Amino acid sequence: MLIPGVCALVAVLVPSVLIHFSIIDAYTAQILTLSGINAIMALSVNIICGVTGQLSLGQAGFMAIGAYSTIMLTSSAHLPLAVSIVLAGVITAFFGFLIGFPTLKLEGDYLAIVTLGFGEIIRVVLVNLKKWTGGPNGKQFPTILTLNPAVAYLVIIGTLALLIILVQNFVRSTYGRAVLAVREDEIAANSTGIGVFKYKMIGFVIASFVAGIGGALYAPFIGFVKPEQASFTKSIDYLIFVVFGGMGSTTGSVLAAFVLTYLQEFLRFLQNYRLLIYPVILILVMIFRPQGFLGMKEFSFVRAFDWITVKISGRNGASRGKKHTATEEHNV
Amino acid sequence: MNTGSIFLQQLINGLSLGSIYALIALGYTMVYGIVKLINFAHGDVMMMGAYAGYFTLVALGTTASGSVQVSPLSLLLAFIAAMIFCAILALLIERFAYRPLRNAPRLNSLITAIAVELILQNTMRVLPFVGPDPRQFPTMVTKSFSLGPVSISNIQLVVIVLSALLMLALNYVVTKTKTGKAMQAVSYDMQAASLMGISVNRTIAVTFVIGSILAGAGGMLYATAYPQIDPVMGYMPGLKAFIAAVLGGIGSIPGAMLGGVILGIAETLTKGFLSSQYADAISFSILIIILLVKPSGIFGKNKTVKV
Amino acid sequence: MSDEKNLVLQAADVSIVFGGLCAVSGFSCDLYEGELAGLIGPNGAGKTTLFNMFSGIYTPTSGQISFWDRRNDVHVINKMNPAQLNKLGVARTFQNIRLFGNLSVADNVRIALHNLRTVSPVDVLLRTPRYRRDEKIMSERTAELLELFKIGSKENELAKNLPYGEQRKLEIVRALASNPKLLLLDEPAAGMNPQETEELMNMIDFIRKEFHLTILLIEHDMKLVMGICERIMVLDYGRVIASGKPEDIKSNPQVIKAYLGSEAV
Repeated sequence: MLIPGVCALVAVLVPSVLIHFSIIDAYTAQILTLSGINAIMALSVNIICGVTGQLSLGQAGFMAIGAYSTIMLTSSAHLPLAVSIVLAGVITAFFGFLIGFPTLKLEGDYLAIVTLGFGEIIRVVLVNLKKWTGGPNGKQFPTILTLNPAVAYLVIIGTLALLIILVQNFVRSTYGRAVLAVREDEIAANSTGIGVFKYKMIGFVIASFVAGIGGALYAPFIGFVKPEQASFTKSIDYLIFVVFGGMGSTTGSVLAAFVLTYLQEFLRFLQNYRLLIYPVILILVMIFRPQGFLGMKEFSFVRAFDWITVKISGRNGASRGKKHTATEEHNV
Repeated sequence: MNTGSIFLQQLINGLSLGSIYALIALGYTMVYGIVKLINFAHGDVMMMGAYAGYFTLVALGTTASGSVQVSPLSLLLAFIAAMIFCAILALLIERFAYRPLRNAPRLNSLITAIAVELILQNTMRVLPFVGPDPRQFPTMVTKSFSLGPVSISNIQLVVIVLSALLMLALNYVVTKTKTGKAMQAVSYDMQAASLMGISVNRTIAVTFVIGSILAGAGGMLYATAYPQIDPVMGYMPGLKAFIAAVLGGIGSIPGAMLGGVILGIAETLTKGFLSSQYADAISFSILIIILLVKPSGIFGKNKTVKV
Repeated sequence: MSDEKNLVLQAADVSIVFGGLCAVSGFSCDLYEGELAGLIGPNGAGKTTLFNMFSGIYTPTSGQISFWDRRNDVHVINKMNPAQLNKLGVARTFQNIRLFGNLSVADNVRIALHNLRTVSPVDVLLRTPRYRRDEKIMSERTAELLELFKIGSKENELAKNLPYGEQRKLEIVRALASNPKLLLLDEPAAGMNPQETEELMNMIDFIRKEFHLTILLIEHDMKLVMGICERIMVLDYGRVIASGKPEDIKSNPQVIKAYLGSEAV
């Protein structure tokens, strides 16, 4: 835990200091922080699609719930922002539980369609509940995160790092393995003593919580939110990160979110043609590298450290590191 | 107008709208039945059909402002142009985007379908002679015929009659021709069908083509009835047609027809009696209810997994 | 010491109907502790369907299935699902191997130890000492089992990359890891050459003694069935047509007729 913890701390603290002193400019800070939000959403998609094996096309709906909840909790209930964010995540997880009940009884394509439907219903409801949500024009929500790029980076990338650690801890555990077993073969998992519906639900609720947190951070950072945030189009955007990065790989999903967010900014000069190049690249990836960049492989700090120490100390004397609990060495 | 006549009027409106949904739904259901792919790009094929018809009409001299009237002949030519254009489009999409992924996991094909959808929409946005702004579609002068308490317009008549004719034609092709039987065979068991000498590639291509021809016709009819077209016009009708296909039982041709009509009527009734804003939410709710109660749809069959 | 043998599984007039088709009809049997019994019959006779009923995947349409768990309490298991049955002590393998392909060999076994866990979600998220202890116990037990069956060296390989024979072995090891009382093996020798079959026969024998199990297996390989089963039941069109010792079954005219047709009798 020490090595990844230290790395996380460095990745979170150092750039935010640099941003604070304008060594990193505000524009770059904006992209990095937005990538962080996208990475949180990619994490959510990876949990439900990659780890749990249930194709959900509605994660953006949960993000919207998180976003609007934060706004309502802070503006109407006057809770401090930090509390609102966490609470918004919990509220979203609750919705995930409710929606999961009917949804997770379905298989494959049907499940995908229902999640799509729920995402769109959320969008339509948000448009129509004008009194609470501000209707199709959305709601403004300027906060310290909107105004101060260093704080925004700190909070969002910090949350990302924390979520990654917690998610990885979960996946590399007996609970995580149960969820993976359900993904791999439901009947075999069931026959090995694992309650299939229960673990699908666990994966679904965790994914909705993460998506809720993503939305809860998005609203204060961007400064407003619109019902479109719940749309199918947005869900697809996040799904694409995971497909590119490797369905089932946390590392891949997060990396892809950063790379693709940056790419979209970079390609802005192409204006509308960017909208054409992006899907063409998508098709090419689907045809030639369908498992995405990393497939299901995961970057493991422990293995990287091992590898480095072996390289440094040469072939002699490198007893293969300390004996690791085998959990850390899987391609999980 | 009393409730009864509003109800009847909305039924007629719904039948007209539903016929268009049915035409598009047929494409979804046939493609899913044969390759188990949800062709998300299908709604945009409908959009392309509408644009093809638009440019044909413009080329023939008709304009939306009404200086040159839309004649039945020009409309017919536009229809044919739309259908041919969509047929070719279908061939290209199937050959270059879907066929390479035929044996890939479903998720990959799904994502490719979404990518194709984005390409179609964004190509239209980017093309200089098209552009993202909506255009007025040249349509016939509306004439209403009253039948007692309700009225039906000439456009609605055209929609209903034409859709019915196309569906009859489809039914004939699927049940009475060799190609149709091949389509059924491939949808049951691709390998067995190919062992029986059926060209699977050709059959699948034909399925896509037929579905797209219907979508093209649907696009033309939609644009005639709601004469404003833009590159994203296919999104909502496409989604609704998809819901209709699921409602009727995805993979079932009569199901798509029935589902389309039901969904159209549900939508118009909602707009007439509840609120037009919630009409979309109602459509999605129907989807979810159907999937919870009977996921295989009205005419679908429950599949059991062999352990 | 009492001479009376304990029942493990008892089927009383069990039938199951799918749509209009009666897949199993009036099946009865008593399975005692420590037995190694075989279930044979032509394809489509209903053998796997029976297994699916015993392991909770299907619910019988009529009849009753009873199972005696590790503490010898009896349960009527008709309506139980596979996870519940696994916890009670039933484990199985599948006709078409169902491993967790993208997970490592070790993980495949570890998952079967899931119900031994003592950790709560909080322990997992915070990596408490209790979590480490649980993981250590599971890893040790996994390594033990894998070594016993000589696939310990492949611990970290992905299950889907194992050669076919080892995949079948792994499936059995996974079933054993859940500490069952009754082991159902569905065509364990399918696709194996004679040498592998021989090894499998020894393995099954070894398992029975070492783990104190009751084993019921479905097989088409007559050498294996005749070689290790103490008792054989023959199914045809969902009905038991013969039951008894291997020698009796071999020469039973009904059985021969079912497999080879009436001319062969």
